[in-house]
Amino acid sequence: MKTENQKAWFFVLPVLLLVAFNALIPMMTVVNYSVQETFGDNVFFWQGLDWFQQILRSDRFHAALGRQFLFTFLILIIEVPLGIAIALSMPRSGFWVPVCLVLMALPMLIPWNVVGAMWNIFTLPDIGLLGYFLNHVLGINYDMTQDPIAAWVTIVTMDVWHWTSLVVLLAYAGLVSIPDAYYQAAKIDGASNWAVFRFIQLPKMKTVLTIAILLRFMDSFNIYTEPFVLTGGGPGNSTTLLSIDLVKIALGQFDLGPAAAMSLIYFAITLLVSWLFYTLMTKDDLN
Amino acid sequence: MQKRSIVPIVYILFLMLPIYWLVAMSFKTTNEILSGFSLFPQSFTLENYTTIFTDPSWYWGYINSILYVTINTVISVAVALPAAYAFSRYRFLGDKQLFFWLLTNRMAPAAVFALPFFQLYSAVELFDTHLAVALAHCLFNIPLAVWILEGFMGGVPKELDETAFVDGYSFPRFFATIFVPSIKAGVGVAAFFCFMFSWVELLLAKTLTAVAAKPIAATMTKTASSAGYELGLLAAAGTLTIIPGAIVIWFVRNYIAKGFAMGRV
Repeated sequence: MKTENQKAWFFVLPVLLLVAFNALIPMMTVVNYSVQETFGDNVFFWQGLDWFQQILRSDRFHAALGRQFLFTFLILIIEVPLGIAIALSMPRSGFWVPVCLVLMALPMLIPWNVVGAMWNIFTLPDIGLLGYFLNHVLGINYDMTQDPIAAWVTIVTMDVWHWTSLVVLLAYAGLVSIPDAYYQAAKIDGASNWAVFRFIQLPKMKTVLTIAILLRFMDSFNIYTEPFVLTGGGPGNSTTLLSIDLVKIALGQFDLGPAAAMSLIYFAITLLVSWLFYTLMTKDDLN
Repeated sequence: MQKRSIVPIVYILFLMLPIYWLVAMSFKTTNEILSGFSLFPQSFTLENYTTIFTDPSWYWGYINSILYVTINTVISVAVALPAAYAFSRYRFLGDKQLFFWLLTNRMAPAAVFALPFFQLYSAVELFDTHLAVALAHCLFNIPLAVWILEGFMGGVPKELDETAFVDGYSFPRFFATIFVPSIKAGVGVAAFFCFMFSWVELLLAKTLTAVAAKPIAATMTKTASSAGYELGLLAAAGTLTIIPGAIVIWFVRNYIAKGFAMGRV
């Protein structure tokens, strides 16, 4: 049981100050921009909610949002089952376990723009390993600078390469926490592999899978650097995800008002969907 | 060797392929890269690495990155320790709301904050310093560190605290000499995650620096465009950015799985 102690506030004060400095001041700046118009020289005019209406009605925003949801949906539907399958087939103990885990975690420790650059080099049609193999060995016409489908396949594969290990490591942590007695009991009852998975392993992995899905949702929804370096949002706008579009508007066109309004809508959507995921996945625990 | 261990092996091979290609390219001359496809370096060269280790504008990128990542890790873990203790042991006014608010900062797209961060850190005259990047990365690293440490602290029985206080330990002495050592795996994991996310983040690091504190990852983008497209050099610089992560993860290898589960298994 936790004891009530208001002095605990002193313990959280440093955290509160540091995070508030980084979160509240920039957030207020964004809110400020989102309701004003500027023509430079630090002169601002009150604009009300016009930018919000403009963004919410714009086809460009709808298109970017649609691409963003498609991307996040694709990587979740591939990475989560794949990650669980790999975790299930890992040995539970032994010399190779830490080696496997270190190798699997390696892609996550590479700076994001290096990930993009690495995949760029890897997929160059004539001199990249994958690009050469697809074009000259399999005879598939593959060039992601020309073909939107190829660009999409590449950014999704890159994300699967980059982040599936997160799901593997989380699912694996859940699996090794299951006592052997559970498996022995299941064996005595003559439970099938599926039954063991459905009634023993899956429930034990629930907490960690919730964390995995939430983290993968948030991070894939906010993804910027890797696809930007790899495709630059192209060909055309076919891989312009929300963050890429936002940076284009804010720093490319310097339309601060619309960019700020878009930021707030973007953040609100991330929060809302995260909250929905969290509520749905922990619903049973509350009942 | 069981039949099903083929799955992790194939998966690890898939993970290693692009990394192999990057490393292989870093040992090729630019001429060889552009002249056609070769699976192994034909004319093996260390020239790309020599360039990086002798040119200050390259190797300072590494030093800058390591400096701000280290500062960030120290700050994040140091302030997260007492906060995580408070969340793990006490109820106080607004505790749940505060915890949730901290986590929401993990959800904010970095792209949203790029411009306001630039203005904020210019206003407090920290622009282009290591401290600026270290503080900015606290935005997402402190909530993560609090979350991880709180998970590990939850596994320490409260009796430990009570016994120590009965034995006459003062709080700071108990915290520093008994409690923190008892969760040192958690501290290691939290430090590892702070290192990892600060090391891989580029958008904010690039926005907040110009020359003096420019991270290696930003050096790569600039040089790639100004000196033509020197793939070999780019590959060598990329290969070198993998090494610090590989070293750090080796230290926490026995806690990786539990660590990624934020101590919550």
